[in-house]
Amino acid sequence: MSQISLASRQAAKPAAEIAVRTRDVSKNYGSVEALKKLSLDFPRGQLTSLLGPSGCGKTTLLKIIAGLIPPTSGEVEVNGKTVTGPGPDRAFVFQDFALLPWATVLRNVAFGLELRGVAQSEREDIAAKYIRDVGLAGFETSYPHQLSGGMRQRVGLARALSVDAEVLLMDEPFSAVDEQTRRKFQEDLLTLVANENKTFIFVTHSIEEAVYVSDQIAILLPRPSRVSEVIRPTGIREKGTENIRRDPEYLDTVDRIWASLRSYVE
Amino acid sequence: MKLFGHRLPDMSSLILWGLLWEIVGRLGVTFFIPPLSAVFVTLIEIIGTPAFLKALGETAYAFSVGVLAAVVIGVPTGIMMGKSRLLDELLLPWVNIFLSAPLTALVPVLMVLFGFGMKSIIITTALFAIWIIILNARAGVMQINRSLVEMARCFGASPLDAFAKVYFWAALPEILSGVRIGVIRAVKGVIIGQLLISIVGFGALFELYSANFLMTHFWAVLIVLFAMAFSISELLAYLERRVSYYAAKR
Repeated sequence: MSQISLASRQAAKPAAEIAVRTRDVSKNYGSVEALKKLSLDFPRGQLTSLLGPSGCGKTTLLKIIAGLIPPTSGEVEVNGKTVTGPGPDRAFVFQDFALLPWATVLRNVAFGLELRGVAQSEREDIAAKYIRDVGLAGFETSYPHQLSGGMRQRVGLARALSVDAEVLLMDEPFSAVDEQTRRKFQEDLLTLVANENKTFIFVTHSIEEAVYVSDQIAILLPRPSRVSEVIRPTGIREKGTENIRRDPEYLDTVDRIWASLRSYVE
Repeated sequence: MKLFGHRLPDMSSLILWGLLWEIVGRLGVTFFIPPLSAVFVTLIEIIGTPAFLKALGETAYAFSVGVLAAVVIGVPTGIMMGKSRLLDELLLPWVNIFLSAPLTALVPVLMVLFGFGMKSIIITTALFAIWIIILNARAGVMQINRSLVEMARCFGASPLDAFAKVYFWAALPEILSGVRIGVIRAVKGVIIGQLLISIVGFGALFELYSANFLMTHFWAVLIVLFAMAFSISELLAYLERRVSYYAAKR
């Protein structure tokens, strides 16, 4: 436990520093260009959204950063080191939760630590803490099929947090949960970004969601994917979670993004 | 099924068939069908005899070693076929051929290769069971949710960890149903082996009783065998139901 708080304190560095950088990343599937020379910087301790119409390669880019898919050309750097595969500096939150259906909530949350060889009592202590943090206390011995979609994603989130990676990769994490749960998640995510001092990379297809949660929004356009624009909403975050959705800058940003995306939507 | 408002236990229809057997036996239609009650009397008589226990021991040994070999070789082979395209291309045609082949015809070849003893019987048993076990383990692995595999990779699973902590468990419902069908086929294999290769175990008893027209003895041994095969299959079906809670949600 003490190691974890130490590690997060060490990660508390100036916000402008770049945690993840993609350089001219291209990905071809046969003759199809999914990504073309995509370069993007992700500042440390901030949340960057990858936003775009479906098929624009945002999930592909996220999986390349995760090290799950190798890029055809170009490279990804995390803390200055080139990514060659998955690593302990990155954790992933899956759209469909990716929980082990035969394991309890406790074992699922501790599974990342289990794979890293952390002793059982230690990893279960850590897992129990994050289960409380995401609001699932009392469900440690439940199985995923006994939980609602929103609760399952909380398990997925707790698993990603418990390995204490510096970079959290989230692939449309809230798209499979209902609208009200999603709003609660978005508010909780803002608190998390403010408290955890991790770098978040967040894939979404919802303009409102991106503007609500992001420090920086990268708009991707499809066929082949490239970054068309990077938007940094500045004055929104200070308004408090309840007021963001009424803020003029929030509404203007949503409108502006929709204006640039609408021609790409069939 | 319900009768006069009472729920009947499973398989109570067997009582009806047993009664029919008893009546046909008592009528003396054919020497081949003695009354069921006489069969049970004989069953109780022979069940403690050294000859019966020896037959039971030999059959149980050949059966369990054969099934164990089929599971220990079959499950990992199936899992690896499900994971590796190359291995799958190489092995799948053979698995399918042997699954549908009349394996009894292969027994004489096995006798030439492995002799007339227990070894050939065990190999016959394993050969009857293994193909469906391989095929089901493979099918189990192939339907694994892609994101579970990606999750394991993301969190740094070694190939052994991924195998033991994700692939095996995710494929377990299919593996168990493969083992259940394999076990049923192994019962066939062990009896065919005992009849064709060397006359030992239950095979020897069948041979002895039918050659001497001891029909009550013959049926008694057959009932024991059927009951054992059925119990093993039900036990595995029970295990299958234990894991079915997640089978639909992987």
